[in-house]
Amino acid sequence: MNPKRVKVPERSPEERIDDFGEVPLGYSPDQAVEEAKRCLQCKKSPCISGCPVDIDIPKFVNEIAERDFKDALETLKEVNCIPAITGRVCPQEEQCEAVCVMDKAGDPINIGKLERFVADYARENDLEEPPEVEEVKEEKVAIIGSGPSGVTCAAMLAQDGYQVTMFEALHEPGGVLKYGIPEFRLPNEIIDHELEYLEQLGVDMKMNRIVGQNVDLDELEEKFDAIYVATGAGAPRFLGLEGEDLKGVYSANEFLTRINLMKAYKFPEYDTPITHMKKVGVIGAGNVAMDAARSALRMGAESHIVYRRTTEWSPARNEEIEHAKEEGVTFDTLCNPKRFIGDEEGWVKEMEIYECELEEPEEDGRPSPKVLEDTEHKKEFDTVVIAVGQTPNKVFYENAEGVDVKHWGGIIIDEETRMSTREGVFAGGDAVSGAATVILAMGDGRKAALNIMEYLA
Amino acid sequence: MHEIVEKEKLNEEMTSLEVEAPLVAEKIKPGQFIVIRMHEKGERIPLTFYKKDMKKGTVTMIYQKIGKSTCQLDTYEEGDQLQDVVGPMGKPAEIKKYGTVVCIGGGVGTPEVFPVAKALEEAGNEVIIISGFRNKDLVICDSEIEESTCADSFYLCTDDGSCGREGFTSDLLEELIEEGKNIDLVHAVGPPIMMKVIADITERHDIPTKVSLNSIMLDATGMCGSCRVEVGGEMKLACVDGPEFDAHEVNFEEFMQRITMFEKQEEKAMKRWKEEHEGCCE
Repeated sequence: MNPKRVKVPERSPEERIDDFGEVPLGYSPDQAVEEAKRCLQCKKSPCISGCPVDIDIPKFVNEIAERDFKDALETLKEVNCIPAITGRVCPQEEQCEAVCVMDKAGDPINIGKLERFVADYARENDLEEPPEVEEVKEEKVAIIGSGPSGVTCAAMLAQDGYQVTMFEALHEPGGVLKYGIPEFRLPNEIIDHELEYLEQLGVDMKMNRIVGQNVDLDELEEKFDAIYVATGAGAPRFLGLEGEDLKGVYSANEFLTRINLMKAYKFPEYDTPITHMKKVGVIGAGNVAMDAARSALRMGAESHIVYRRTTEWSPARNEEIEHAKEEGVTFDTLCNPKRFIGDEEGWVKEMEIYECELEEPEEDGRPSPKVLEDTEHKKEFDTVVIAVGQTPNKVFYENAEGVDVKHWGGIIIDEETRMSTREGVFAGGDAVSGAATVILAMGDGRKAALNIMEYLA
Repeated sequence: MHEIVEKEKLNEEMTSLEVEAPLVAEKIKPGQFIVIRMHEKGERIPLTFYKKDMKKGTVTMIYQKIGKSTCQLDTYEEGDQLQDVVGPMGKPAEIKKYGTVVCIGGGVGTPEVFPVAKALEEAGNEVIIISGFRNKDLVICDSEIEESTCADSFYLCTDDGSCGREGFTSDLLEELIEEGKNIDLVHAVGPPIMMKVIADITERHDIPTKVSLNSIMLDATGMCGSCRVEVGGEMKLACVDGPEFDAHEVNFEEFMQRITMFEKQEEKAMKRWKEEHEGCCE
């Protein structure tokens, strides 16, 4: 038994920073089998409880070890309709892999990369079979938002025979998977392929429908028997600092949407522009900040993360931080921006920064940064990206009578029934919890689907 | 996909486009706007809503050729399809009885003012329209305004005096104020500098004023903050909080600076377009 993981081949940093192609190349069949064989198939299977959607991990890993790749896919798809996506973006190191017993003996099983392997292998070798759908039921369900939470809920309900219609505000489905996560982490063609599964299930996907703007919740209530709100956390947060309105200052949402969804990195072949950048300062150190900083590198810029704590307290995945460092992103830690300074034409040219030190840990276990007076200094940046979190978009909740929200916009739900304060309107994902992860949103989608089935039964 | 039902070239720069979009037609109200995307590689372009035909399920927008995208849009003909036509976007204009309302349209702002004026007239207001253009060749919507009952009085002006009065819309507004006309609201849509000048005038005379801001937008669904503008000391998004705002609260300096953010890229795209399409958009 090899205590160490089978290494995942990756493109070299020098090669990959010149394009938006994917970084990890994924396992070959032999490598996957070798890695899967490391699994002890322990009786307790702590990995399953570590998974927000309860994938039968030992089963699919064993199927890989036995080279039954098609069976492995079926095991995954029983509870997870988009394994090629979760295999790439799930924080497995905090979930299934964190509780793997092999962790004590060496490395935990690389569950994430095995999941990705199964999905990729099945797609590339046409192993996927059209899904089986139960007899069509009379009940109709509307899903608002086509991100990971909405997709999971839609797939489960459609599999069970419910008539599902999905409403997406943008012109392409996928939500944050498309506009937020860059192609070097999650290629768009993979997303599109995974979403074809929904079409095969008979889900009616309607684009350009912004509930609260050009579709009313009341209207949906008339036509549907239940509604699932999975509108995500799509509104940008700003810092409220002087100079935030300068040209060259972007929200992470704008920066990433331009590059990912609208393909501004291919401007002018694609029409949506992005400004030329030489030195980019990304404020924040979460996954979104890493995505922005690594995108900036690929746009040809010198790229800095400006973070008020130290890297060890960053909420980003280790893999993202490692990749960012390998690629040459500079980490300016213990730095808190005070204001942005512009030139005479209104372009940002400098960031004024306070130095910080860390105090005793806060309740969530992270030490709070303390700004040190009289440490202000200026650093040159011609582009600033603010990546300090996202909040739910008010366009939905301000126009959804009877759906109560918390002060920051998160929809209030009954933890048991997953229903909002409006009868028949369920909610989950980032619209409820604020900006979290893809897999937690999917877990919510799954719970909501089960509750909706119960509600409609 | 959305078919172009009718295309009418209004002058060298402006064209009206009637497209099939029944869902938009059903919902759109004066003051709101529409986002279109021509094709897979296209950007999301916010356009002025001019009028709709509920029976046909169409909306009519007017665009001005100012950049690569609008020049390309100009090559689309009747029967061609637009990839996306999304709307209504933004909040509708606040229509109620104010008393006397002066609606001011500058250039391609005039077609946006037209449905607002009509709705204000129907709400029982005395409506005065002031419409201004650079010169006589660019005048649009004048016969439509004259033929419709949307305005009790209609003043037309051009910068060079080649049609209607010589001068700016703001000059005509000042004249009205000096004549002692009692004005309860000014609603202005047009180039940023025009809106700013009008806001300055009406602030001096304490006349409530609304402007419709054409900030740079990306998704226009409140997602990116590209269109952020300071209004009354707070950050607002023109796409979902607007496009209409209290003119006296708008930080015009910031607004006018931010709308130039992509000028260099626009120039580059335009240059490339011209090289590839000789004779187009001269």
